[in-house]
Amino acid sequence: MKALTIKNAMTFAMTAVLAISSIALPLTASAEEKVIDNAPQVSTLRGTAPLNAEVTPPIIEMVENNDLKRQRDYPQQPPTIPHDISKYQLDKNFNKCMDCHSRKFADEAQAPAVSVTHYMNRDGDFLGEVSPRRYFCTQCHVHQLEGKPLVENEFVDMEKLIRQSHKQAK
Amino acid sequence: MNKIIHLLKLGWTILSKPAVHLSLGFLTISGFIAGVIFWGGFNTAMELTNTEEFCTSCHEMRDNPFMELQTTIHYSNRSGVRAICSDCHVPHNWTDKIARKMQASKEVWGKIFGTIDTREKFEAHRLQLAQNEWTRLKANDSLECRNCHQFDSMDFTRQSKRAAAQHSSALASGEKTCIDCHKGIAHKLPNMEGVREGGSPH
Repeated sequence: MKALTIKNAMTFAMTAVLAISSIALPLTASAEEKVIDNAPQVSTLRGTAPLNAEVTPPIIEMVENNDLKRQRDYPQQPPTIPHDISKYQLDKNFNKCMDCHSRKFADEAQAPAVSVTHYMNRDGDFLGEVSPRRYFCTQCHVHQLEGKPLVENEFVDMEKLIRQSHKQAK
Repeated sequence: MNKIIHLLKLGWTILSKPAVHLSLGFLTISGFIAGVIFWGGFNTAMELTNTEEFCTSCHEMRDNPFMELQTTIHYSNRSGVRAICSDCHVPHNWTDKIARKMQASKEVWGKIFGTIDTREKFEAHRLQLAQNEWTRLKANDSLECRNCHQFDSMDFTRQSKRAAAQHSSALASGEKTCIDCHKGIAHKLPNMEGVREGGSPH
């Protein structure tokens, strides 16, 4: 009997706490929310603007369009695209890139023909046409913007690392 | 039969006789005015069928080619010049325009019988529709492109290297015309399998 009354009292107390907090918390929470929103911890692509605010999008930078090959940072890196591709159709119906980069038209366009790996399926067999898994060029190859880098690039080239390790060994 | 012949004869006698009550001046001037009104009305009505509102009043055009056009440079660009449907699909020259408008009667047929009244049907006909336009533009040396983009006014030094190379060689010599390279600039391309080997998928 005594245990039951204690339980009842506890239930009552908890309900009361819940009821009060449901009224009081939103007031404090909204105040907290403002504080968080005004000073976000992490700067994202949207900058540090609060979640509920609309930001002015950054100016679209010019696309690199000089047709000059860039150095690759490591041997397996897919080459970057040194020209504008903004109006190129690349879907299941058509691949505009292959108008110049396919084996058949590379001589006419003087564009680098896609490498032989693009004609291989995942078992390493060669196909007559570009393998479906390599069909969508922009999965790996990207164009470049002529904008300022947002963060400093601390990438160290592999060869430099090798040279350093040689020096250390000596 | 006799009655019809009689009526025709009566009509001819009225038409062939000089006017009794109306003056020659009245007939000439009123004929001139009627001609102006008819000619103006005819051209105005034809120009109405050249507007964007007219073309996009059918859902076939509004939901398919018009939607695709809106993302391209011919619809929205920095300088605010816009090419509407008729700028590219109807010749500007009057006689050519009339010829194209007469051809368009087939499109009315298609509208009535719902040849492309769903997205699926449109996709199924896309290659044929596109080829019709490519053939037309190839035949008239890309006339509708050249109404705005004149070869003589092109400054190759303002073009990218690759564009300048193509325009100063193949286009300049007349070996190729605009549409040979610039297919699918205002609408999405159909499945190009078998049409052109370069960019076609499997």
